[in-house]
Amino acid sequence: MAIAVRRAQLQEVALNEDEYRAIVRAIGRDPNDLELGMFGALWSEHCSYKTAKALLRQLPTEGPDVLQGPGENAGAVDIGNGLAVVFKIESHNHPSAIEPYQGAATGVGGILRDVFAMGARPVAILDALRFGPLDGIVAHDRLRRATADRAGDIVLLVGADTGRDGIHGATFASVEMDERSAERRPAVQVGNPFLEKLLCEACLRLNELDGVTAIQDLGAAGLTSAASELAHRGHRGIDIDVDRISRREQGMTPYEAMLSESQERMLILVRPEAEAAARQVFDHFELHADRIGVVTGTGRIRIRDHGVSVADIPLKALVDGVPLRTPVASFPDRQPTVVMPAVEEPEAILLDLIASPNLRSRRPIYRTYDHQVQDNTVFGPGFDAALLRVPGTNKGLALTTDGNPWYVALDPYEGTKAAVAEAARNIVCTGARPIAVTNCLNFGNPERPAIFGQLQESIRGLADACRALDLPVVSGNVSLYNETSERNIPPTPVIGMVGLLEDLSLRCPSGFQEDGDLVFLLGETREELAGSAYLRLLGAPAEGRPPMVSLEMERRLQAAMLDSIGRGVVRCAHDVSDGGLLIALAESALYGGRGLRCPGIVGPISREAFFFGESQGRVIVSVAPRRVPELQQLMTSHHIPLYAIGVIGGEDFQVGSDIRLSLDSLRQAWETPF
Amino acid sequence: MNTGIVVFPGTWSDRDCAHALSDVLGQPARYVDHREERLDDLDLVILPGGFSYGDYLRCGAIARFAPVMEAVTDFANRGGLVLGICNGFQILQEARLLPGALLRNASCEFRCEWVNLRVEQSESAFTLDCRPGQVLRIPISHGEGNFFADPQTLEAIERNGQVVFRYCAPDGRVTAESNPNGSLGNIAGIANAHGNVVGLMPHPERACEDLLGSTDGLALFRSAIHALDRVAV
Repeated sequence: MAIAVRRAQLQEVALNEDEYRAIVRAIGRDPNDLELGMFGALWSEHCSYKTAKALLRQLPTEGPDVLQGPGENAGAVDIGNGLAVVFKIESHNHPSAIEPYQGAATGVGGILRDVFAMGARPVAILDALRFGPLDGIVAHDRLRRATADRAGDIVLLVGADTGRDGIHGATFASVEMDERSAERRPAVQVGNPFLEKLLCEACLRLNELDGVTAIQDLGAAGLTSAASELAHRGHRGIDIDVDRISRREQGMTPYEAMLSESQERMLILVRPEAEAAARQVFDHFELHADRIGVVTGTGRIRIRDHGVSVADIPLKALVDGVPLRTPVASFPDRQPTVVMPAVEEPEAILLDLIASPNLRSRRPIYRTYDHQVQDNTVFGPGFDAALLRVPGTNKGLALTTDGNPWYVALDPYEGTKAAVAEAARNIVCTGARPIAVTNCLNFGNPERPAIFGQLQESIRGLADACRALDLPVVSGNVSLYNETSERNIPPTPVIGMVGLLEDLSLRCPSGFQEDGDLVFLLGETREELAGSAYLRLLGAPAEGRPPMVSLEMERRLQAAMLDSIGRGVVRCAHDVSDGGLLIALAESALYGGRGLRCPGIVGPISREAFFFGESQGRVIVSVAPRRVPELQQLMTSHHIPLYAIGVIGGEDFQVGSDIRLSLDSLRQAWETPF
Repeated sequence: MNTGIVVFPGTWSDRDCAHALSDVLGQPARYVDHREERLDDLDLVILPGGFSYGDYLRCGAIARFAPVMEAVTDFANRGGLVLGICNGFQILQEARLLPGALLRNASCEFRCEWVNLRVEQSESAFTLDCRPGQVLRIPISHGEGNFFADPQTLEAIERNGQVVFRYCAPDGRVTAESNPNGSLGNIAGIANAHGNVVGLMPHPERACEDLLGSTDGLALFRSAIHALDRVAV
């Protein structure tokens, strides 16, 4: 069949003509419509990472504690006591741009299924308002990998009936959007949390059965992707009888059934002798399960409709065969350093900054969802990192996400390094040791050289920072083509990080704890203002070099912090990041409900940079007066500069003669409603 | 005290209640499936929080028809101790074991946060250990907790001393600012006329350990243990 004839079809599945030729070479003939749809889905950017794959190879993915790196439903890391933490991060940008409520809801649903597919009970969700990473905890011997390992195993499709929703969702995530995107609204799925909950409980119970060999979420590209990946990971094949799939409406074609992205569906593989036991579990939860196929030894995915073959494709070509794209990258010229006027009214600036949308209290948002259920939340939302108890132990898991799109826009390499460094610092401030990373790379259209250049530099920064801090990347997500009518989103890598605190009694809060304690700044402040919240507040153009990250310094600072917290020397610790030093001090004062008195600040750098600059590698701590010598000694031994800031106490937040604000007025600004 | 924790499809806080009773208080507890019809082995039945049956139709409206609810009603009518927490409170109202209704929060938003509760009476099975006026710090987590009753019912509840908890300021004053959801009279929890059935919106099972921020929720469970001791004597 001539390519010209199928041009419209190729556009529909978002494949180019070279890719079509590769399909023909791989299967030795023209694909039929269903086969072309299946290739379109699995060779989409969303499923295949054809643009990002080569770059992602730079990332460190191994470590002594890594039980499962990238390539599964989610990554898993050892946390001792025979337990593992399972976690990953996802974006759901394209659906959410069109249907925010359903897009966000199904984003959460998808990632939940990824975690309980691993056999882990989900214990927490984080959100960076754009993203939803998630953690779960599972016993090692119950950690499940989704692989079809034996021919003859039975394929069960469990959960919701299959509808026409979400067809070509994966493809949709691989093209830029325009005004006509709303026409793709049917490509956005609808979530059903109640069914998801039943499915979660059923899968966790299934996980305890012998003879259940794989549990796989149906996500992007629906059954096509789930069945192909399961079978291909185990070097097996799979036969699907598409007519056996329960459907929501009549008249659905095999094409629609294979590519539907209806939510709340799982694919379960069981040994034939275990099917009855598995069905008992489904019956208990009143879930419907269709026996839709069988694992084979053919290395092919074969689809039959009422006994007639409708697709027959080698899995290697479908899952791994996509030709990688190597777009052209371009890099902007280095930008000049910004020159700023001296700050006239630091008090007014501080109030404006702490009331600005990116720095004010998030309480109006996080109080609209449950952050306590499961009885393990030690530090909830609103601090550097959340801290959860590991059920049944005295250990804690610290969780955070970070990313500063303004730094990345100015310098993708340094900006991404900063995101990793800040996430690790947030974890360390709770007393926990960072153990693993997940990442979510959100960029514009990579076919534009400047955008591909950003992606390339960002991943290089991620790789360097993770290697320097000894952090394996165990899972991740890439979302490209975030472009609407030729406008691209700011490059937004988001880093999710998990840390382990061996003894919860050693946890360190972020708020000031005792009047009379002394506050110190650890780390070095440089003359860095570009990319800061302060400059944005003043309306300065986005230019200059963002704060540079010395990974060596960062490593030393974090070791020094863990040492100090582990010895009980510091009573509170808070990362200095967006908004700079004064914002960090004000936040610790507000968290703890205690004032602060600082004498005037004199130093080798400008007052603006000291108050509002965002130099990396810095933390504020509070210390009881009698333990100050220990802190000084520890910082000397780790080669970390130490700078005395002030004394905790009183009703005011006072810095030299520049600032004198009552805590109430500071709080009022901080609690500005959204 | 043998506790049964009822699990409906969509129940979420069952494990938290089991944790508070078994791990923190060392009391035997078991899960009760929504299809069970016998509760003879139990001293206390808890209907925990969650979104039973997806909160479809109206919170608690479908759970009320689950087979187990007939058994819970018999159990309550025979004087058994029943505690409904959050969605459990909604179910007890739907099942007519407690008066009034719980409407959508006045803010029209879900609220998860710490609140202060003033104990209004120490006669109910779940407040025996408290003194009237005592303030408990316990979190809420709900979208439909706005207590409502028609004027006659409300008057009767107040007159009979069936109001068990009111939202209040940290110093115990009942104020408009301390009311998180618009409840009439700041009502957070009520009892039936006999005091053996109590429903409340806040989650006492989340306030049983210092590590999690408060131990004030233990008072309710300890009161139940003492209530049973009294009966036994």
